[in-house]
This record gives sequence, C-alpha cells and structure tokens, in this order.
Amino acid sequence: MEIGLTHYLTVAAVLFTLGVVGIFLNRKNVIIILMAIELMLLAVNINLVAFSTFLNDMVGQVFAMLVLTVAAAEAAIGLAILVVYFRNRGSIAVEDVNVMKG
Amino acid sequence: MQTFVEPDYLPALPELFLAGASVTLLMAGVFIGDRSTRLMTWLACVAMAIAFVMVLALPDERTTTFFGLFVVDGFAAFMKCLVLVGAAVTLIVGIGYVKREGMNRFEFPVLIVFATLGMLLMISANDLIALYVGLELQSLSLYIVAAFRRDSLRSTEAGLKYFVLGAISSGLLLYGCSMVYGFTGTTQFEGIAEALVTTVPGNVAAETGVLIGLVFIAAALAFKVSAVPFHMWTPDVYEGAPTPVTAFFAAAPKVAAMALLLRVFLGPFHELAGQWDQIVIFVSVASMGLGAFAAIGQKNIKRLMAYSSIGHVGYALVGLAAGTPEGIRGVIVYMAIYMVMTLGGFACILAMRQRGQMVEEISDLSGLSKTNPALALALAIFMFSMAGIPPLAGFFGKLYVFLAAVDEGLYGLAIFGVLASVVGAYYYIRIVKVMYFDQPTEGFDRPVGLELSAVLAGTGIITLFFFAYPGPILAGAEAAAAALVP
Repeated sequence: MEIGLTHYLTVAAVLFTLGVVGIFLNRKNVIIILMAIELMLLAVNINLVAFSTFLNDMVGQVFAMLVLTVAAAEAAIGLAILVVYFRNRGSIAVEDVNVMKG
Repeated sequence: MQTFVEPDYLPALPELFLAGASVTLLMAGVFIGDRSTRLMTWLACVAMAIAFVMVLALPDERTTTFFGLFVVDGFAAFMKCLVLVGAAVTLIVGIGYVKREGMNRFEFPVLIVFATLGMLLMISANDLIALYVGLELQSLSLYIVAAFRRDSLRSTEAGLKYFVLGAISSGLLLYGCSMVYGFTGTTQFEGIAEALVTTVPGNVAAETGVLIGLVFIAAALAFKVSAVPFHMWTPDVYEGAPTPVTAFFAAAPKVAAMALLLRVFLGPFHELAGQWDQIVIFVSVASMGLGAFAAIGQKNIKRLMAYSSIGHVGYALVGLAAGTPEGIRGVIVYMAIYMVMTLGGFACILAMRQRGQMVEEISDLSGLSKTNPALALALAIFMFSMAGIPPLAGFFGKLYVFLAAVDEGLYGLAIFGVLASVVGAYYYIRIVKVMYFDQPTEGFDRPVGLELSAVLAGTGIITLFFFAYPGPILAGAEAAAAALVP
C-alpha cells in the first residue's frame, strides 16, 4: 500500500481532534491541557511537512520550524503562569480554576 | 549557491525602531532595577511616540518588503497609529495604579512595548507566517501582563484562562494556515488570492480544503477580537487582570486584531466573500445580542465593560458584512471611536479608589455626581456615547456601519443592530442613573492624579466634539479603506 498525502492529513486531523477534545473533556489537571495544546501544534506540523513534501516547496518546513520555536516559548510561558497560579491557589485541578465566573 | 539579497528596511522602520527600543529598555531596566519603572514607562511612551511619527512619515503607497512578507499601505499606517496611541495612553493612565498596587516592576512597560510591536507586525503581515509570528509575539506578551500581579489569585487565574484559550485559538489558526498553504501552494497573501481565482476553482478537494482552512482562521480571529461564540475568555480575563492591563486589552489588541481580520478577509480571501459573509453576519448578530443582554445583570464594572466590548465588536463587524468601501470605512471609524471611549471609560475606572483601595462594583459609583461632579460627568459622557446617543461620537460610529449595511440591502442586520443598541442603552444609562440619582456613598479618593485627569479631558473632548470636527478621523479612515478595498 502506498502511503500518500491523504494518510498524513488523516493522522494530523485525528491528532488535532484529540488535542481539542483533550482540552475540553479533561476535568483533572491543567498540565494535561498544556500537553493537549502541544499535541494540536504538533499535528499542525505533520500537516505542514506533509504538504511541503507533496508540493515540493520548502516554505512549509520553514513554517514548521517557526511553529516549533513558538510552541516552546508558549510552553515556557504557560508553565510559568501555572507555577504562579499554584502558589496562590494551592491546586492546579481544572475544577478549581473558578474564582471568577458568571 | 544563492546569494542573499538585502531587503529594503525603510518600510519597516517603526517596527525595527520599536524592537531596538524594547530590548534597550529591557537591558536598562535590568541594570537599574525596579525603581526605574516610572522612567521606563515614560521612555516606552516616548518610543511609541517616535514610532508614531515614523509611521506618519513613511510614504502612503503600498510597498512590500522582506520578500513580500511585510506590507505598508494607508490602511496599515492608520491602524498602527491607533494601536500606538492606545498603547501609550494605557501606559500613562496606568502609572498611578502600577505604583500603588504592587505592580511596580520595570517589565510591565517593556512587555507592553513587545506586545505593541507584535501588533504592528500583525497589521503589516502579508504572509501567513508573518501573521502567525506577529500574533504570537502579541499574545505571549499579553498572557504575561494578564498574570502580572503574581501574588493575586484573580490576576493569575485570568492569565491562566487567557493562556489556555489563547493557545487553543493559535492552534486553530495554525491548522487553518496549514490547510490554506497545502491547497493553494503558497503562504503569501497575493499568491493565495491568485490561487483562489486560478487553480482552486473546479478542484473539489482544494475548494473544500481551503474552505476548512478559512473557517479555522475565521474562528481564531473571532477569538482574538472576542466575538461570540469565541468570547468565553473575555469577562473573566477583563475582571481578573489588573485594571491598566484590562484597559490595554480593551483598546490596542482589539484594534490590531480587527485590522488583521479585515486584511485577511479582504485580501487573500476576497474571492471567498460569499462564504465568509455568512460567518461574519452570524458572528456579528450573536455578538450584538450577547453584548446587549449578558451585560444587564453585571455588578462588576470591568465585567460590564467586557460584555460591552463584545457588543461593540459585533457592531463593527456589521460594516465588514456590508463589504463595501463605505462599510470598511465604517469599521475603521468605529474602532477609532471605540478605542477613545474605552480609554476614557477605563481612566474613570482607574479613578475608583476608596481609602486607597481599588473598588470595581457599580454600586460604588452611587451619588458620584455629588462627591466628584467632574468624574461623574466624564463617565456619563462615555456611557452615553457607548449607548449611541447623538450627538456623541459613539452615535456616529454606529451610524456609519448601519448606513453601509442598509446601502447593501442588509436591512435585517441593521434593524437587529439598532434594537440591540436600544437594549444595550439600558445598562449604560443605568450607570448614569446610579451616579446621578442614588444616595451618595463616601466618594472616591482625591486627587485622581494629573495623568488620569489629562487623559479623561482629552478623550472626553474627542467624544463630545467629534460631530463638530470629524474631518481627521473620517479622512484617515477613508484613505485606509481605499487602500484595502479598491
């Protein structure tokens, strides 16, 4: 069986959906949300690299490198915010993130 | 072996200057320490003023540089001016708060400059990659400033919520970008527009792929302008973030995101106007409705401003739904007026202090007309203007977008907008009633501070006398719209 563009796109779409579902169905821990976000961004990278190869165009891979870099910065900031939040609240359970609502 | 061709740096001069200035401020702040916060704030304002002059001094013709990634035109120039003014004014109104409320750290003005730089890049983006990098530079700085009071539970919770939802929206944007790139074969805006005319039509897979990409990008941009159904973060983040940060969120990033939305929809995706039109109309109606009804029960004034800003985005999008040059001009004028009213409104909120403590409840405003008539008058002007009472500025903002919608035959949308603004008028005028007819409480601390008074006077005068001298804003918006919609 030949592995074509469609297969890559399907894998990426499944991973992306898992990431989104992971964020919204997760009731436990904010760390899991960070992991789900990472999953979404990496699914996009699969998409970009697959398209880049398929189109024989380097731009997609350049884009993927930038996404990786920004994702690292984003994870660092997310963890930093999570640490200051934990110091104030003493918990990082998703159902405890509820001081403001309405 | 390819040789490197040096790009033309001149069109990006304001951004290059601001990038250099922000790094210099950061280094200076590290060496001097936190006692330099006030100095850093003023230096950041000076840097933004210089960037403002540079934006104005650049020629107005459409120029692209950095291999087509970066574009300067009349639209970019006007929106950049708005963003720079919004950012500088929020820094100025925040000076007192930053000093009193334990936010006295030099990183604050530096982060605001970084965020502003990101916004300028986003406004000038001419490529999906440039768009993404600019948007992230802005967002990453905003996540940090939302959580800037790191000893406050509410501020950190606001930062956490903003981060999580912002990251989801970045993910959606990227997924959309990857689909558009894959099915048009390019990330450049001109290339996408061309592909949508030449190669994509007739190819079912490509048509579907680009449409999916468009929907994802539209969802992410709707999140950034906090339009319904992607508004969930707005009330919590506005309430929890420190008040100067909330003022900044409500003013500059919203204008920049709206500029990006206009550029993306009217540039690369102009050919798909029939498709995105439905999205814009739905989002606009939903935002106006939610902005009008959800704000009624609010007791916290920052939360009320959040719902109000959601409603204002809905009104502005009416102009985009029309899609004509008049409609786009309406959106730009609306955003300019919205920014002035919001800055004024938040300057009033920053003056709400009792015995040295910030207060945020609407009931704290009781009888303000007796205890501080000038502040009450200023807040009343902004509230009437946001409600759209003529002859204040807010009325003209709404007038231009609704007229454009009527000209295009979107009667239902215009009528819904007018009805929504009637409902919305209830909660704006309730604040005026609380200030003028309720029993006075102990009143707010005085004096409110020189910077706050100056900003209140300036924004109040613009709001009040816009009808007498609308020329500069109207002409600027007209030129900006002409650059975007030929």
